[in-house]
Amino acid sequence: MTPDLNLSHTPAHRRQGSSIGQPMTRRDGILKVTGAATYAADNHPPDMLYAVLAVAAIARGRVASLDVAAALAHRGVVEVMTPANRPALALDPDAKFHPFMFRLDLLQNDGVRYPNQPIAVVIAETLEAATEGAALLAPRYETETARVGFEDAETFVPGGVGVGNPASQQKGDVKAGLAAAATRVEARYETPPQYHNAMEPHAIVASWDGDSLTVDTPSQGLAIAQGRIAGLFGLSPDKVHVRSPFLGGGFGSKGLVSGPQVLGILAARLVGRPVKLVLRREQMYGPVGHRAPTRQTLRLGIDSEGRLTALDHHALTASSTFDDFFEPAADASHTLYASPAIATAHEAVRLDTGTPLFMRAPGEATGSIALESAVDEAAWACGRDPLDFRLANYAEVEPMTGKPFSSKALRECYAEAAARFGWSGRPLAPRAMRDTAGLLTGWGMGTATFPALMFQAEARAVLKSDGRGLMETSAADMGQGAWTALAQIAADGLGLDIGQLEFRAGSSDLPDAGIAGGSGHTATAGMAIHNAGAAVIARLADIATADAASPLYGAGNEGVVARSGRLYRRGDESRSESYTEILGRAGLSEIEARGTSAADQDTREAYAMHAHGAVFAEVKVDPDLGQVRVTRLVGAFAAGRVINPRLVRSQYLGGMIWGASFALHEEALADHRTGRIQNANLAEYHVPVNADVPSVEALLVHEDDPYVNALGIKGVGEIGITGTAGAVANAVWHATGVRPRRFPVRIEDLLAGGGLG
Amino acid sequence: MSLSISLTINGEQRDVELDDPRVTLLDLLRERLDLTGTKKGCDRGQCGACTVLVDGRRVNSCLALAASQDGAEILTIEGLAQGETLHPVQAAFIAHDGFQCGFCTPGQIMSAVGLIGEGQAGDDPERIREAMSGNLCRCAAYGGIVEAVLEAQRTIAAGNGADTRRDAA
Amino acid sequence: MNRFDYVRPTSLAEAVAAAAMPGAAYLAGGTNLLDLMKGGVARPERLVDITRLPELNRVERLDDGSLRVGALVRNADLAHDQAFAATYPAVAEALLSGASAQLRNAATVGGNIMQRTRCSYFYDTASACNRRELGSGCDALAGENRHHAVLGWSPACIATHPSDFCVPLVALDAVVEIEGSKGRRHVTLEEFHRLPGEAPQRETVLEPGELVVAVRLPAEASAFASHARYLKLRERTSYAFAVVSAAAALVVEGGRIRQARLALGGVAAKPWRARAAEAALLGAEPGEAAYAGAAALALAEAKPSGDNGFKIELARRVAVRALSLAEAGTPARLPALPASVFASTTGARHDA
Ligand SMILES: Cc1cc2nc3c(=O)[nH]c(=O)nc-3n(C[C@H](O)[C@H](O)[C@H](O)COP(=O)(O)OP(=O)(O)OC[C@H]3O[C@@H](n4cnc5c(N)ncnc54)[C@H](O)[C@@H]3O)c2cc1C
Ligand code: SF4
Ligand code: FES
Ligand code: FES
Repeated sequence: MTPDLNLSHTPAHRRQGSSIGQPMTRRDGILKVTGAATYAADNHPPDMLYAVLAVAAIARGRVASLDVAAALAHRGVVEVMTPANRPALALDPDAKFHPFMFRLDLLQNDGVRYPNQPIAVVIAETLEAATEGAALLAPRYETETARVGFEDAETFVPGGVGVGNPASQQKGDVKAGLAAAATRVEARYETPPQYHNAMEPHAIVASWDGDSLTVDTPSQGLAIAQGRIAGLFGLSPDKVHVRSPFLGGGFGSKGLVSGPQVLGILAARLVGRPVKLVLRREQMYGPVGHRAPTRQTLRLGIDSEGRLTALDHHALTASSTFDDFFEPAADASHTLYASPAIATAHEAVRLDTGTPLFMRAPGEATGSIALESAVDEAAWACGRDPLDFRLANYAEVEPMTGKPFSSKALRECYAEAAARFGWSGRPLAPRAMRDTAGLLTGWGMGTATFPALMFQAEARAVLKSDGRGLMETSAADMGQGAWTALAQIAADGLGLDIGQLEFRAGSSDLPDAGIAGGSGHTATAGMAIHNAGAAVIARLADIATADAASPLYGAGNEGVVARSGRLYRRGDESRSESYTEILGRAGLSEIEARGTSAADQDTREAYAMHAHGAVFAEVKVDPDLGQVRVTRLVGAFAAGRVINPRLVRSQYLGGMIWGASFALHEEALADHRTGRIQNANLAEYHVPVNADVPSVEALLVHEDDPYVNALGIKGVGEIGITGTAGAVANAVWHATGVRPRRFPVRIEDLLAGGGLG
Repeated sequence: MSLSISLTINGEQRDVELDDPRVTLLDLLRERLDLTGTKKGCDRGQCGACTVLVDGRRVNSCLALAASQDGAEILTIEGLAQGETLHPVQAAFIAHDGFQCGFCTPGQIMSAVGLIGEGQAGDDPERIREAMSGNLCRCAAYGGIVEAVLEAQRTIAAGNGADTRRDAA
Repeated sequence: MNRFDYVRPTSLAEAVAAAAMPGAAYLAGGTNLLDLMKGGVARPERLVDITRLPELNRVERLDDGSLRVGALVRNADLAHDQAFAATYPAVAEALLSGASAQLRNAATVGGNIMQRTRCSYFYDTASACNRRELGSGCDALAGENRHHAVLGWSPACIATHPSDFCVPLVALDAVVEIEGSKGRRHVTLEEFHRLPGEAPQRETVLEPGELVVAVRLPAEASAFASHARYLKLRERTSYAFAVVSAAAALVVEGGRIRQARLALGGVAAKPWRARAAEAALLGAEPGEAAYAGAAALALAEAKPSGDNGFKIELARRVAVRALSLAEAGTPARLPALPASVFASTTGARHDA
């Protein structure tokens, strides 16, 4: 039974807007296409110096010596920062007060705990001199044996995984479920370490003015960054100003301040001048997080009707030797398929790598590719069509908890995407389709899911007597479109046309918009904006309805409707007045109010909240040579209210391409002796290029969700990877008959598996 | 040693004294000439973010030594729009949402302008995809990019057509 | 990047003189040299910028019917030169399958054949590498070596040569024209690159300071124009180096193969001319059986240098396919995806 919750707050005052739901083009579009959008590294305060990191070439040991003299002797080099002269910090970089306070490498000692760990910073008048200075340091090391792969270290059960989930969970009796099954599938899948590789390398321009600090640096969470920096330097947060109007991609790696960013601040402190520090691409493979590798084992029991009797998902993953982030891969099995018995468990090893971090759909992406592959194997083992099989195991309530879903239009997603893709003609057996050019053709599918998260945020709304509005919150736009989507919410929240709105974001001196992560930013910051708008309109309504000279006088009990810069009496629209008139008569140049947002815990206790989707993939594989291309992707997603279909579609498309990349391309290759990543660049760490993805379509499926938040918004940023990665893997199987068991799919595996002619 | 070179950048002649021969065209633009629209994604020819036109040809400015460009005509993203009027490629990138974070975008746009100038791809999306494959987009706005190139090409062709008609009249 | 002297000679003689000093390097497009300098792999003391030598910038037909391509001709210009592409289509296809449009606009003919290996240990200055520093060892031998050589390698070095361009060139008997302090000499491309043996640091037969001035394609090579292809297997549809590749060219008359050329890329420290395979094809009936036999001969000496045994079978298959494609005939227009196994699929239009 659905619990009875008081959700439909009937507000006294309504706002009607026309911005939400519009497919507006990006409001920052002109800045971005003209090169005028300023990313962190585009800043150049007067008197600025350049800082370049020197990073460790070993995975474990200590730096025995650095040739500081050689670096200093290089023309243009001003200073070399090492553990010997690094300015003091107020806080130990290894201190950890809560799980999301990650340990940083800030030259606190000469130890090396992963390859590419910063070991010194060279500061110079020019970028060229700083870069060469860093090379001239020619470090010598005392090296200890690196622990690089799962076999190199002992496994243990972590205290928790992901964002504080228990390492293992279960419901029902998996053993009994497997014993009773008519068909059993047991399969193991491996996923490699992956790196976020946002196109914009982490960068910082830091300027000290006495004890005040201004930094331009990409941040997915400005208040958190501000707090972290303030803590490290022993400053009060208001002394730290973080500006991040544009991020050149984040994907999780700019969620929290990284070590190199703080080193830029330290360098500026050391030399007493502004400093710019930009990571070199290869330096992004270590100190700024990655997606940990996994080895996952799934066991599925299926009864004679094709229904799951048990689902067991075990994941082995890795964290660093000195900090904790455990990829919650197995938790992907909590939400998707109905089963009387489900068990998920995690184990981990500690390796000499940088600490892994959340990377776009952490846990969901890794877990989903394994789960969707296993489900595909199960469908085949039962002789069922993969879509029928999934429908037969459709979860009407959240399988792990039994909670009802706040909304779930997954059936519609399956139907719309399948129809658009043309799935119904698919032969069950693999290797059954060829195209006219003779290429093996395979079709696969996967289910997409991602939780609808919400964090805490605040916004400030102002209405001005000239009829314009202002909305402020420190939101971060890393490409998802905050500048546009949040402005749309703000315009409607203020009852203004969007042209009358000034929207300020991307700066830590604005109210805290929370973190742009977990696909929860639009919901979180959007709700704060929505509430701030409601509060300021309420104030305006109070003024008008109490003013005998206003046509709205006395409308207080009925309430008013705010629309296009006017308040209307509810129920009698002939009585209205513009914001300008109301404020003008009251002699006010502006009024303001704040709004906050947070998840409603009672509702979250009562309902399972997830976005869902279905993805269908076509791959073509050369029958002899094994090269694979994803020729078609069709996804349909239901994620509650769509603020801007153009931007939402782009998020899905981007996510889906990440999914294809997960299945076919991405992998960091560490030398098993040294731990050094041998493809720490963009030529050999493959991310898809334009020619890899000839046809990707995302359908937006309508979904009303009265429970997630008053705006009905779920999240769209990460879900696209889930489902897609598995769909591509399953399509490879369908084309070749070879079940991919380690990712990315490699030609030699198809060859060895007998998938090629 | 100081090297003096002379470049025409976005139509403006610039005489540049280089105190260091190591400066790449990209770092010259970004760090010394305050033209930060051109982006550095890899500094090694692997991403295309730094694409500019040198004498009308698209190249990776991170692998071009500034000194070696002496006498060249450089077009960067800052020089593309005519005042308030966007170049058709710029306008089409906005219309087709050919970007998200926007970091690869100046490179994508300059690459697209170069591609249209080369005249090799025609209106075949597959050729455009191939010809734009030297520009990585981690946000993966590839579909919109291809649509934008196709549309911009049509706009430019139509514009030329109109000019021709005017000439004929 | 270390500091260096930058000189920009205006004549060939000046260039050769300027490069005579030890530690000097020629700068052409810079797409390989600057990359190596940024990685600290190359640290030249002097850069001799040859981009302003007009005599290196020409494509000319010589009296003997051969085509002489100046060392500074840009990869893209050569590939898009209609006469060139019509005569040597496999070379144009190989060029267009390499790197990216931007890089091909900058990269030169000379720079392309002179480009260094992409072995990751060669690039990683913290690793032992005999090619970078003779005697230091070879960390690739027991390292990540899926992409390393299966032919012609030695325990001193198992690297491959990454050029696509060179593969059809070596198949077509291209000749390298070299200018040095002692005058001009000509070397076939087949002899130009050296196998590692005991001296992997010597990658080509160039003496220090010698300059590549041109690459010549002999008149006879044009006989293959209607049946010549390049095929490049990759791990990404574009902008990726070859896993293995092959150039094949045939002359078929009266149902028999009268002339055959086959070369492999990505398998050795040099573009690999498969002469035994070519010999076996002569007089044979075109078809899969003949190609399979030839491919087997081409790889007869192959052995894994590490975790790369699959490349041997793959190279055989690529050779067979390239020969079949050559037999089918050069397409009227280069495919949208040059040298790709997906060349013939158009791919659906992105939904607008
Ligand atoms: C990201 C990336 C991807 C790539 N992908 C591919 C690919 O898929 N396939 C492929 O084939 N190549 C690829 N390349 C390599 C590219 O083709 C070469 O970098 C290019 O051809 C080198 O030409 P250049 O003129 O820029 O040479 P430069 O960098 O100027 O020079 C390269 C070397 O040759 C020497 N040199 C140059 N000219 C002469 C001369 N005339 N005589 C004597 N020595 C000379 C230089 O001293 C230097 O050592 C790629 C490169 C990059 C950066
Ligand atoms: S294979 Fe050759 S280039 Fe690579 S590390 Fe060994 S010696 Fe060096
Ligand atoms: S910055 Fe030049 S190609 Fe990446
Ligand atoms: S728009 Fe973000 S990388 Fe292309």
